[in-house]
Amino acid sequence: MAATQAGMKRFYTLFAVIAVAGLGVLVYLLTRPATVSIPANVTVQASDTSGFKGYVKGSSTAPVEITEYADYQCPFCQTFATLQMPTIEERLINTGRLRWRYRDFPLSQHSFARVAAHSAACADEQGKYWDQHRRIYEGQSEWASSRNAAPIFRTYARAAGVDLGRYDACMQAGKYAGRIQADQNSGLAAGVSSTPTLMANGRLYQGRFDSDAITKLVDSLARHSTR
Amino acid sequence: MIYRMTAALLSLTGLFISAYLYLYKLGKIGSLACGTGGCETVQLSPWSRVAGVDVALIGVLGYAGLLFWSLAALQPGLAGQRWPAALLAGLAGIGVLFTGYLTYLELFIIHAICRWCVASGFVVLGIFAVALLDLRRLSPARSV
Repeated sequence: MAATQAGMKRFYTLFAVIAVAGLGVLVYLLTRPATVSIPANVTVQASDTSGFKGYVKGSSTAPVEITEYADYQCPFCQTFATLQMPTIEERLINTGRLRWRYRDFPLSQHSFARVAAHSAACADEQGKYWDQHRRIYEGQSEWASSRNAAPIFRTYARAAGVDLGRYDACMQAGKYAGRIQADQNSGLAAGVSSTPTLMANGRLYQGRFDSDAITKLVDSLARHSTR
Repeated sequence: MIYRMTAALLSLTGLFISAYLYLYKLGKIGSLACGTGGCETVQLSPWSRVAGVDVALIGVLGYAGLLFWSLAALQPGLAGQRWPAALLAGLAGIGVLFTGYLTYLELFIIHAICRWCVASGFVVLGIFAVALLDLRRLSPARSV
């Protein structure tokens, strides 16, 4: 009888362990941020862009405008964004000499590039685009090697002070898939085939990607524009 | 008793597998952890519903029934009796037949294999096997 009681005790202990573990897994799955997939090659509707032509930083009266077509998962774009852009921003954009336009060009071989672009677009809804943009590039090594980057982007959004309820709804709906595609289509039409590609005052830039070279370019274009 | 205990533990495992698949079907947990991608093909196919009811929900209810009955059969009043084992074997047998039908659909109609469905198939087969062993243990010939 004692042996039977001991056996029942062992059984109920094992039963409880499996029950708790199983419930724990289900609760985790129910509460974790859902996986997000942003479709590529969607048909762009007029309402997708509503006049949107990239994310702009700098004075509207700046004599020079550079458009950057970039992919958040591209290592070269990451280096440019984190090492060169702070100087370009300080030296040229903040001084009113240059207006910067960032447009998405997610390459098909980068599985998280489109989700990253969409995450930044959803942060833009709440006025946090550039904050999220910076965090995504700075964290590239973290999320690019992960199995699922969307939850990592969500932590960046939280750190940026984004309302996560609105952010999640935006991501789940794939609200800006058309706008990202429109950016990519405009790049393809302009002859963009790699990232980052810069266009200075509407013309493809073929020079070096460092702040000194960009400064020389801006100075040169500014002189021509004032003549 | 060991057979009924095993049946209860297997039923609990099957219940969690079915609940996982049903939550996926309800769109509550994003994607399924399934290396081949066959799980989503199967779960989103027209054959993932029988008579308008999700197969995963049928699994949840079936395993809940098996769990309830295997736990009830452990209680002192029923422990030495044969008919609870027969009922458990009967319920699990229906589960095995249903799983066989679903496996046929996967192999020959849908042409995709859902690993979680295979796991569930082994679980229900295990319950059926231990229920039969319990029946054998309590057979009149052995009792004499």
